Amino acid sequence: MRNQEKRKKTFWTVLAVVISALHLIPFYILLTTAFKANNDFSSKWVLPSQLEWANFIEAWEKASLGTAFMNTMIITAGAAILLILFGSLAAYPLARLQTKLNKFIYFLFIGIMIIPPLTALVPLYQLVVDIGMMNTRTVAILNNLAAFLPLTIFLYAGFIRSTVPKELEEAAKMDGAGTLETFFKVVFPLLKPITATVLIISCVFIWNDYQFAIFFLQDKEVQTLTVALSSFFGQNQGSMNLVASAALMSMLPMTALFLFLQKYFIAGLSSGSVKG
Amino acid sequence: MSELVRKAHQTVAGGRQASLKKKGSVSLWWMYLPALIVVSIFIIYPFFKGIQVSFTDWNGFSQTKNWVGFEQYTRMFQDPDTWLVVKNTLLYGIGSTVLQNVIGLLYALLLNQSIKMKALTRTVVYLPVIISPLVMGYIWYFFFAYQNGALNDVLLWFGLDQINALGNPDLNPWIIVFVNTYQFVGIAMIIYLAGLQGISKDYYEAANIDGASAWQQFKNITLPLLMPAVTINMVLNIIGGLKLFDVIVALTGGGPGNASQSMSTFMYALYFNRQDAGYAATQGVLMAFIILVLSLLALIYFKRREVDAS
Repeated sequence: MRNQEKRKKTFWTVLAVVISALHLIPFYILLTTAFKANNDFSSKWVLPSQLEWANFIEAWEKASLGTAFMNTMIITAGAAILLILFGSLAAYPLARLQTKLNKFIYFLFIGIMIIPPLTALVPLYQLVVDIGMMNTRTVAILNNLAAFLPLTIFLYAGFIRSTVPKELEEAAKMDGAGTLETFFKVVFPLLKPITATVLIISCVFIWNDYQFAIFFLQDKEVQTLTVALSSFFGQNQGSMNLVASAALMSMLPMTALFLFLQKYFIAGLSSGSVKG
Repeated sequence: MSELVRKAHQTVAGGRQASLKKKGSVSLWWMYLPALIVVSIFIIYPFFKGIQVSFTDWNGFSQTKNWVGFEQYTRMFQDPDTWLVVKNTLLYGIGSTVLQNVIGLLYALLLNQSIKMKALTRTVVYLPVIISPLVMGYIWYFFFAYQNGALNDVLLWFGLDQINALGNPDLNPWIIVFVNTYQFVGIAMIIYLAGLQGISKDYYEAANIDGASAWQQFKNITLPLLMPAVTINMVLNIIGGLKLFDVIVALTGGGPGNASQSMSTFMYALYFNRQDAGYAATQGVLMAFIILVLSLLALIYFKRREVDAS
């Protein structure tokens, strides 16, 4: 009985290793491609005979990755900060005060989640042209903000309802604190766990955004990483090694963030979804 | 916009008096005003404006547009491309939803046991989720490419013919489903794992005493108690799959012809490459409709099958 149990466990462990190995294949191919010289036509399965670091320098310069990194960071940080501010502020009354109006507004925010952003592409594009925001980082920030606000409000409202005790706020109010003061001094610090979740989820999605960026950020000066990559891919069909090195660089920050903060990623996803 | 805000003001004023009397509090509407304004300008207004544009022949840049009634809609339903693109979109949506849920659940069941390498496998399977779908598309492009692609090398080693997988219209929509599944199966896995960990061990102990087989336990305990996680995964994956854009751009560009185009990429092409903005808006309305109906159907269907786990 014991032996059988042990053998079973060994089998499951081997299976887990095989699954991991299969899932790593694309990353392996990316690495071998990124580190090979352009005239090296050996199979992508074969490790490079020497590491071609020059690929990274060439790709960095040719694809203007420096500018792209800067733009992506500004847009991601700007949108994430506003998301947390606007999202938590909005969620507070929606979670606490069940008036008819608040119920309707909450329903409205949740309903918006179903609208696929691209379906409104045509008028949105025209609107952005009309207000003179084409090729600005601001429009990318605002678009991403709008796209993730409903989810943010949903997560914050659920958290406030289930974990923030009302008594604290009432005590603060007794002491004569205004609503805004109460919110920032008493409520907001208690929202740390869900703020971490919102921050992580939104940073990943905004960093990786392509759908909005490709429409509104065509100028080289405002291009984000994904837009820079896609135009680099289009121009360098003959040198996939350079495309691979550029792709590898573009994904490093989020990969590092994930590997260091893994437990927050996973805890956030499970708590946010299973309760809902 | 301003209309909406004014209405909000009026309602708030009314609501304030009522609630002041009842509970001594207000709606605090000013706290969600910033969020409401951003969402109204960038989502609600363009959405309704899009419906309006779908009834015109606008080319996307001229100052004038003509009201054409339902002409674009008639054109859409007669356009063979529409049906091809809808078929692809449904394949991407439903195909990857089924695969992600089946594989994600199997992975979760495996990792729910006390085995070594559990944490590592979880990390590896989840890793692609945090990478841009565009980059993921390029990575798989290196794998499937005809010239010097990793797949063709394997085929050659086994003495088989090389294939142009990405250029084959019968094959490439499935490759897109595969890549999308590979990328996001980690989300389904994590949600199922959390669901599995929430099921009390007592159920299984009782079932063991009754001599229930592993399959019976799965069918009668695990699956019913996992239904809330199933609902979330189904709805998330359906919406994600039906909206697919980046991966298609990276892998096939929608081609050859329109063979692997989804509604998102098709709309993009109509608007930016063919200056057919009115028609693109019409396709957008159809897409919103399809996503709305399918996600609501999935939500209702799976919600009904949930049981109270507590």
